[in-house]
Amino acid sequence: MFDHANALPPLPGVGYKPQHFSEILDNPAPVGWLEIHAENYMGDGGRPLAQLRALSERFPISVHGVGLSIGGETRLDPEHLARLKHLVRWLNPASFSEHLAWSTHDSHFLNDLLPLPYTDDTLTRVANHIDELQEAIGRPMLLENPSSYLAFEQSTWSETDFLREVARRTGCGLLLDVNNVFVSATNLGYSPQGYIADYPLDLVREIHLGGHDEDHDDHGAPLLIDSHGREVADPVWALLDLTLTQSGPKPLLIEWDTDVPDWPVLAAEAERAAQALARVNA
Amino acid sequence: MTTQSDFRAALLDAALPVPPGLLDGQGQPAGRRYAVYRNNVAVSLAEALETAFPAVSKLIGAENFAKAAGLFLRQEPPSSPLMMHYGAGFPEFLASLEPLQSIGYLADVARLEQAMRQSYHAADASVLDPSRLQSLSEDQLMSARLILAPSVRLLRSPWPVLAVYNFTMNDGAQPDAVAQDVLVTRPDYDPVPHLLPSGGADFVSALQNNLTFSDAMAAAGAEFDLGPTLSVLLSGGALSDIIST
Repeated sequence: MFDHANALPPLPGVGYKPQHFSEILDNPAPVGWLEIHAENYMGDGGRPLAQLRALSERFPISVHGVGLSIGGETRLDPEHLARLKHLVRWLNPASFSEHLAWSTHDSHFLNDLLPLPYTDDTLTRVANHIDELQEAIGRPMLLENPSSYLAFEQSTWSETDFLREVARRTGCGLLLDVNNVFVSATNLGYSPQGYIADYPLDLVREIHLGGHDEDHDDHGAPLLIDSHGREVADPVWALLDLTLTQSGPKPLLIEWDTDVPDWPVLAAEAERAAQALARVNA
Repeated sequence: MTTQSDFRAALLDAALPVPPGLLDGQGQPAGRRYAVYRNNVAVSLAEALETAFPAVSKLIGAENFAKAAGLFLRQEPPSSPLMMHYGAGFPEFLASLEPLQSIGYLADVARLEQAMRQSYHAADASVLDPSRLQSLSEDQLMSARLILAPSVRLLRSPWPVLAVYNFTMNDGAQPDAVAQDVLVTRPDYDPVPHLLPSGGADFVSALQNNLTFSDAMAAAGAEFDLGPTLSVLLSGGALSDIIST
């Protein structure tokens, strides 16, 4: 296994797709690490686990959960916690991350990252669930900010203060998705630069970048959709530059999950991330 | 207050109003912004089914498949975050759908696709070296138990299920109206469906039930020719061990 010292390197990474397996092994540059969705590697065997085993001998791996429902009103699924524990134990990845969201209710899984009101009750619940997860996997996790299409009347915390307080209570780190910041800020009418100014950048261990689609709401206001199906938009790259200036170099992940392109297109996005890192390293 | 119970109920039922307490950035009701989540849930689950059942989708067409998937995902949403398992009940659901009753073989094609998906994710196992069979005396062989690999699946169908599958996915020949028994093996990482000769399914089924070689032969009947079935099992890596008793 790769000796990663439980941290991702401040290099570009990509969300791993099985169709890129050979090309990544043959010519990974400029990609220095890979991210996988935990739930796709919970089968008993076969190609997914064989590929992951081979990749983990060459690259630091980030395990990104998309199904734990950390913000869920009901208790965490003990079977899923056990599966995450097993995966983290055998793979010993460089990082584990999950979302500030919910996806399961009454044991029905909805396969989407659903939004949370930012209240004291939500904060207590999220912090308790993160404690439970970190206890299970035996390491701190990173918590990712969501992309929002609406807000809750009952919210009493700002998202940045909420994330800061969750991290303070649980000791978790943060995964900053810069595209999500841009999408949420556009959709809810606040400044993405202001969000970055308020965000606890000292807690960031990884940054996500992905593409979004453009739509409109009932009143003709822009409604951006976090689709991960195209190149990262120019204003998101600009927001990344602003962030890196203040945070210093960080592991940068390109997420491309729908209409997955051929490897050279994804590698070109990773190259653009490498250039952003080079500017801040210069 | 917006509870997750309210939020969830309206996600899968477009007839329900948007839950209260949801706003845009200006404090107005969220309206169609909520529909983004409705759409994400329905589309992502339908895509998971489409990925798992491509032959069913080709057989009935993308539009009909989307309709069937839309009904199924509301009736039977996932009970686990592992999308690789979602849709286990889809073959039975297809069999129950009134407008699809005329396509009798459809549910069995779905069962074959489900068997292949299960095989793909099944545990790895060692492969039995054929020389170990040859080293046994006839008496030893007859009383021994052949152990199947976890990736082996057996499907017995009153329809030409494999011929329909190959016709749909691999430009195979026009199917004849015959019953077919199919064995799925995973020689490497990709599951392969094989047509079993008469008696073959009884033989494999007996092995699945942990019967001895001689009992499996008896189950397959006096006419059973072991050679072709054993060849498929050995070449497909479907036998992982032999245990003498």
